[in-house]
This record gives sequence, structure tokens and C-alpha cells, in this order.
Amino acid sequence: MTSNIRYKSRIPVKTEDSTEEKQYVGFATLPNQVHRKSVKKGFDFTLMVAGESGMGKSTLVNSLFLTDLYKDRKLLNAEERINQTVEIIKHTVDIEEKGVKLKLTIVDTPGFGDAVNNNQCWKPITDYIDQQFEQYFRDESGLNRKNIQDNRVHCCLYFIPPFGHGLRPVDVEFMKALHEKVNIIPLIAKADCLTPNEIKKLKDRIREEIDKFGIKVYQFPECDSDEDEEFKQLDKELKECTPFAVIGSNTVVEARGQRVRGRLYPWGIVEVENQSHCDFVKLRNMLIRSHMHDLKDVTCDVHYENYRAQCIQEMTSKLAQDNRMESPIPILPLSTPDVDTEKLIKMKDEELKRMQEMLTKMQQQMHDKDQ
Amino acid sequence: SSIHCIRGTDLFGYIGIEAVLDQMRCKTMKAGFEFNIMVVGQSGLGKSTLVNTLFKSKVSRKSCAPDYEEKISKTVKLHSVSHLIEEKGVKMKLTVIDTPGFGDQINNDNCWEPIVKYVNEQYEKYLREELHINRKRRIPDTRVHCCIYFIPATGHRLRPIDVEFMKRLGKIVSIVPVIAKADTLTIEERQEFKERIRQDLAANGIHVYPQREYDEDPEERILNNRIRENIPFAVVGTDKEHQVNGNKVLGRKTKWGIIEVENVAHCEFANLRDLLIRSHLQDLKDVTHNIHYETYRVRRLNESNLNFSELGLSAVPLENGTADKCESDSHL
Repeated sequence: MTSNIRYKSRIPVKTEDSTEEKQYVGFATLPNQVHRKSVKKGFDFTLMVAGESGMGKSTLVNSLFLTDLYKDRKLLNAEERINQTVEIIKHTVDIEEKGVKLKLTIVDTPGFGDAVNNNQCWKPITDYIDQQFEQYFRDESGLNRKNIQDNRVHCCLYFIPPFGHGLRPVDVEFMKALHEKVNIIPLIAKADCLTPNEIKKLKDRIREEIDKFGIKVYQFPECDSDEDEEFKQLDKELKECTPFAVIGSNTVVEARGQRVRGRLYPWGIVEVENQSHCDFVKLRNMLIRSHMHDLKDVTCDVHYENYRAQCIQEMTSKLAQDNRMESPIPILPLSTPDVDTEKLIKMKDEELKRMQEMLTKMQQQMHDKDQ
Repeated sequence: SSIHCIRGTDLFGYIGIEAVLDQMRCKTMKAGFEFNIMVVGQSGLGKSTLVNTLFKSKVSRKSCAPDYEEKISKTVKLHSVSHLIEEKGVKMKLTVIDTPGFGDQINNDNCWEPIVKYVNEQYEKYLREELHINRKRRIPDTRVHCCIYFIPATGHRLRPIDVEFMKRLGKIVSIVPVIAKADTLTIEERQEFKERIRQDLAANGIHVYPQREYDEDPEERILNNRIRENIPFAVVGTDKEHQVNGNKVLGRKTKWGIIEVENVAHCEFANLRDLLIRSHLQDLKDVTHNIHYETYRVRRLNESNLNFSELGLSAVPLENGTADKCESDSHL
């Protein structure tokens, strides 16, 4: 075992069998090095909640993150709500647990679906998501990238009312408007008004309709083939349980000798964290304990990249039409072209030539028409 | 939109957010790590042996090329060799970049230029990939994370070639200078040599790794100060084992004793290994990505803006049908 007198290793080297130690280079500590840096930096996560008023969104958020974000909220009455448009409200909480810091941002969408005429009520929401993408795109393309703030929405919990017989038109349109911009997790809200059979029927119906309408909700990644059977079983159960039927609570009640979050009814006590009562625990575990990182990855690698690619294509096609427009994103002139880029340039050259010819033709036609 | 800031300090129960660290660890373990290390120094300073000793396997070009010839090349050529190595489930793609010919000629003017060009080319490659419309999820990283510079153990001071090289490369890559084949120096000679080298580095404004200005917090500063007080590390490398006190150790056997490579009383190889691999490997990558690469990127973006507006480019023909020369077809 090598002992370092002058300089102490940051990561303590475990005392091992001497032959193993001989072969030990030490880069197995890499995950620990990354770990240390991440703990120092902390994480951030942006969660959006959408659904009509009274679906229990705020209560669920409070239950998930054990906070009381909506303490001094004033609820509007019907008259006040007539002219209300969909707002976007952000709440930021810094949570620290076991030394790990999480900056959690909840994006609330009050007013969604509350009006008499709800046409396009999702537009402020899609606009908001796009704005965050655009901001990130500008930051990422800028010169000073030291402290970029990531405000992109990593996940959207969509609350479906339990009283219906499946998805309503507004549910379908909303999810279709958003499914390529954000990870959607549909939830059955206020599930304590349904019996287990009713929940099962509703879940089956909703799953069918999601397929039928081609809605792309967030998919859990596949299990590794080398995971143990127990994990695979849990993963399977999770996938078969969607959409999650949830119940939230801001109050603590006494049930079976313990103090738990729950709802007290004359006919019994609903425990939020009781897996036989609702899927709250599954949702929380999935959202925080097992899939938070994947939600962020899919947002960065898929939704954001799609937005960025679209943006660039729109910009370059605009550049082709309007010769006065300055490109806001970096476009490098080639100084040291290699073979592949030469080919690309040639292709683009030819494309441009064709476009130019088309344009001159069109101009000629218009000119002739005017004569 | 309005923003409220609330400190969630009293939580009734356990949310489980540190599980995010495990999720991250899982993903990074699956994806594996990349590390690119460059060795620079004259022939015969033990570069290949040191790299092999560091990674306890034959990763240098010498050990891999079946037709390797030990002759001094006329120009500085760069060769890179990649290996996939694994330890305790952690997979790493290690690339060793060798620079034979450096400092070996009679006239060594500008012998650092091919190296500067190589380093910048890797930054350029990464930058273009980053600007691409459809870019890869994981951009392949060929940037040089660390450059080990071998100083011969003369015992005097830095030579002009050492100063010239480190001055230029120190601005674009993290340099870790080492005193090579240090078994010709006594402990006192070594200390004095190191002190003079540190003076020479300071006098020439050369910043080697870990650079003072990139210390992130006081804790890191203290740790890095200790390292800075001890660089350059005086190293000895070997792949041969000998018996010492009943144990097998890596060492060089001479008539007057066995120099144990991993014994910190003999040489500073273990310190170098700990720095490079066991504690600062990720930091080397981070400094390359967050500082050196960003510096390069800013410079390139400023350059290209200049060209762009200077040439007053237009992408379509003017009304009378004449087209301006299109230099902006670089919509990669």
C-alpha cells in the first residue's frame, strides 16, 4: 500500500489485497471525482404542472417536495376568473438533503382550461417552453458561457380529471401541442373518488386513447439486460401502472398509529404514501429517485436539439431570402476545410445555385406578368 | 411571470434527492470516460516507459507498434494511440499522443508548432461538431486534457527550449512538467533544481497545472497550493519488478541499490500518479473544457464575425443576376 507522506490523495485508497493493489491504477475513482464536483455544483430541475383549477396540482407539488409553496395563495372566485388568461408563475425552492443541493423550479399554469372558451389555451404554455429553449440557445451560442442558467422545462405533469371516461378534447389537444417540446407525464388527479376497478378501467382507456391519438408521452428507458430480476420486475410494474393515479395532501393525519400525510373522511383515511391507496409513491420515486436525470437528458438531447435544429434551419432559409439579415448564431467561414466539409460545401453550393436560378426565374416571371 | 424564492429548510420527511447522484453515476459508468494525454520531450527521456507505468499497461506507441524503430525522426510528427482500459467497472478510453522528434534536431526552432497546431485542431473539431445542426449526443472528445512535459535532470535550470515550449503551450493546454530520469539527482540536488525551475516558470509567466487562477474555492486552493509547492515532480519509470523485503516492487536495479518507483522516499512517481489519475483526472478534463476550449471558441467566434462583416456577404444574387462570391456557405 503506497503511503503518501508529502501529498495526500483526495480520495482515500482502500487497503486491499497486495496483489490487487499492485494492479490498481486508480482511475476507478473517476465516478467519485465526478460525484464530488456535482455535489459542489448542485442540481437544478424545472417541473411544470398543468391542468384545470381544483385538480390538486398545488397539493401534489407540496406533497412531492414536502414544502408549502402555496401558503398565502388567494383563490379567485368564478367572476374574477371570467376574464383571466392563462398565466405562467414560477416558484423556486432550494432544497438540500444529505449535502446534495437541488434548485427546484415549479412552473404553474393557473387559468388553463378554466374559461368558457378554451381555444388555444395551451398557447401561453408552449410559448413559455419555446422561450426557455430560445434563451438557452442564445446563451449556449454566446461568448460567455460560464454561468448559463438552465430554465428549460424538464417535465410537465398533466392532470386529467377523474370524473370523465377517458381523455377529453382539451386533454388530447394540449398533449399533442406539447409532446414534442417537453416530457409529458399524464396523471389521474384526485384519484380518491374512484374505486380500484374504476381506476383500472380509466387507466386502460386513457392508455388506449394516448395510442390512438398518437400522443408521445414520456417513455421510461428500457432496463439493462444485466439488471437483476427484482429491478426488472419493479420496472415492469412501473410501466404498467401509467398513467399514475395520484392523491395529494397538505395535512397530516393519524393512521394506524402513525402520523402520515392523508385525507380524513368519515368512511376512512386515505394515506398518500400508501401504495395500495394510490400511485403517489411510484410517481415520487420515478420523478425524483430514479428518473430525474433521464428526464433532464431527454429534454437536452431530444426536445432541445429538435428546437435548435428547427431554429437553425429557419434562420438559414431566411438568410437565403433576405441578404441583409445578420446571423445571430455563430457560422464559421472555413479556413481549414477537410474532405467532408468540402463535400458539404459543394452540395450547399449547388443547392444555392439552384435556389438562385429559381429565384431569378420567379423574378422574371413576375416582371413579365407586370408588363 | 412572477418568481418566489423560498428556502425549504424544514422538510417533514425524506424526499430522496441524492438519488440523482446515483442516477448520474449509472449513466456515466455506462457511457465510459475519455482521457487524452500528450507526452512531450526529447528522445530517451523515458516518456513511453512513464506512461506505461502510470497506467500499468502497455499503452504507449512504442509498445503497440510492431515495427517500431528507435530512430530520431527528422520532423516533429504526432502519433496517437488509443486503448480501452477498465478498472472496477469503470471504462476508460485512454489516448496517448506522442511527439517524437521534438527537441531532437540540431536546429529546434519552432519545433513546438506542430504541437500547437494539433492542440488547436482538436478544439476546432469539437467546435464544429458543437455548431452542427444535427449534432451527436456525445461529441467525441479528442482534445488534449493534459500535456506532460519532460525536463531532463540536468540539475541546473530550465533550458530555452523548455521555456519556449511551455510559454506557448501553457496558454492553450494544461501542462504538467516532470523531471525525467530523476535517479541521477540526490534529494538536495532535486530540491534545488525544483526551486530553480519554479523560479524560471514564474519569471517567464508560465502557468502550469493546477493554475492558480482556476482554483474554485478556498478548500481547493489549499490542496492545489500544496501541489504547486512540489511541482515539477521528479519521476522514475520502469516496468520491471524486483524483490525488496519479500515484496515485489516496481524498480530499477543498480549495483548500489534498487530504486523503488512507487516509494515516495525514492521518487515522486506516486505523487504524479495520484495527481493525474486518482484525484485530478476529472478536473483536468473540466479545465480543458471550461477554460481552454472556451478561450479557443471565443477567439474563433470573434475572428469569424470579423470576416463575416468585413466581406459584406450576400447569399443570393443581386437583381441584375450577378452573384457575390459566397464565402458564408459554411452552414455546417
